[in-house]
This record gives sequence, structure tokens and C-alpha cells, in this order.
Amino acid sequence: MMGANWQLFTGFAFFVIMVLIAGLYCILVTRNLMRVIIGLELLTKAVTLLIIVAGYVTGQTALAQSLVITLIIIEVVVIAVAAGVILSIYRHNESLAASNLTSLKG
Amino acid sequence: MTLIDIILLTAMVVAASWTVMTRSLLKSTIGLAFTSAIITIIMFRLKSPLAAVFELSVCTGLITAVFVSTISLTKPLTHKEIIKLSKDRVKRFWYMPVIMLTVGAALISLKLPGDFKMPLKLAEGDVRSVLWNSRQLDIFGQIVVLLAGVFGIVLLFKERNKR
Repeated sequence: MMGANWQLFTGFAFFVIMVLIAGLYCILVTRNLMRVIIGLELLTKAVTLLIIVAGYVTGQTALAQSLVITLIIIEVVVIAVAAGVILSIYRHNESLAASNLTSLKG
Repeated sequence: MTLIDIILLTAMVVAASWTVMTRSLLKSTIGLAFTSAIITIIMFRLKSPLAAVFELSVCTGLITAVFVSTISLTKPLTHKEIIKLSKDRVKRFWYMPVIMLTVGAALISLKLPGDFKMPLKLAEGDVRSVLWNSRQLDIFGQIVVLLAGVFGIVLLFKERNKR
């Protein structure tokens, strides 16, 4: 039973790693600030799923769910504030490109 | 792991890849919502209905609405900029599927121990009792984070009004 659970966990973890790669690649390669948040969101989703799978295979779904609820709330706040900051940047620079943010250059 | 799980997980990876690789920001947001919806179904299947409901209502609904509102408040690109960015994007994003396939092949070829012992099962409680009794500090943290977020947004918009 334990072995089967471990195999289930590794099976899910394989796909979660793929989503993590997609999110990380999005953050690293793009210059658009909106896409950076989208990449961050993908990373969070991958972690959320991994916590749920870990809770399922160890039989502690209640604890996993409570952690995920906390994670989702933090995620929403981060996204809302980041979207506000991006809007402010856009109104200052008329652009969403990170390469145009040079006003703090020393 | 059943066939349905594999189909759902594959769909999730495809949706995530499409989110990253598509050119339009709006389509990217829709892809993100789609990824979130698939994760919701997986959560339901993994016996976590409360987290699934949160994921569906907040991540699929609210965050998509925030993204779409932000995109609608910015100006679309001109035709010239779109053509220039499209060529640039193909060069930059072409590597992602290659990296995913390489890492996938490396993970499959990796020999993981098949009989790894998982931690012992503890007494399972109801999610509400865990959240309200065992994780009280989390609730306090959530309230602080929410207030900080609200305060941050108010400050951002207040500054603009002054100018």
C-alpha cells in the first residue's frame, strides 16, 4: 500500500514538475510584466496541486486543504497588489515591458 | 493512477504550456483559467472538495477577472509591434517544449526507489476543525495578509488621485 502511494505521488509529481518548468520559463524569458504574474500564478498552481497530492497519499487531506486555502488567499492578495503595481507602472511609462523600467537606473 | 488522472494531468500540462506560449495576453489568461479548472477536477478526485471549491471560485473566477480588467485598462499593441514581437517570441519560446521533453525523459529514466515508506497516517480530522483549532495562527496570518493587500491597493490608487 505504501509503495502504491509512493508511485501515485511520483506520477503526479512528474506532471507538476512540467507545470513548474512552464511557469519558471515564463518568468525567466518574458519581458511583459503581465506574463511575469501569469508565470508566478502557474508556479503557485503547481505547488497547490503538490500539497493536495501529498495530503492524499499520507491520508491527511484535511491538513492539506487548510494549507491550500491559506495559500490561495495569499496568492489572491499578491496577484491583486501586483496587478495594481503593474497598472501604475503602465500609467507612468505607457508600456508593460520590463526593459523600459529604467527610471531607477543608477 | 487511473487513465482519467493521466488524461487530466496531460490536459493540465498542455493548458499550462499554451498559457505560456500563446501570443495574446487575453488567451493566456483564458489558458490559465482552464489550467485552474482542470486542477479543480483533480482536487475533487483527490478527496479535497473544500480546496477545490476555493480553487474554482477564487483562482478560476476572481483572478481571471482581475487579469482581464488589468489587460482591458492597457492599450493593445500596434500592428508593427505585434509582428516584431511575434518573431522574437518564436525565438525565445521555442526552447520550452524541448526543455520539458528533456526533463521529462530524464525523470522517466531516473530510477526512483519503488518501496519508499510514506509517513504514518495520523488521525484524520474534519477540515473545519483542523483550520479553526490546529491552524489558528494561519487564520491570523490570512487576516493580516488580506488587510495588507487592501491597504496596499488603497495606497496605490490614492497616490494617483493626488497627482
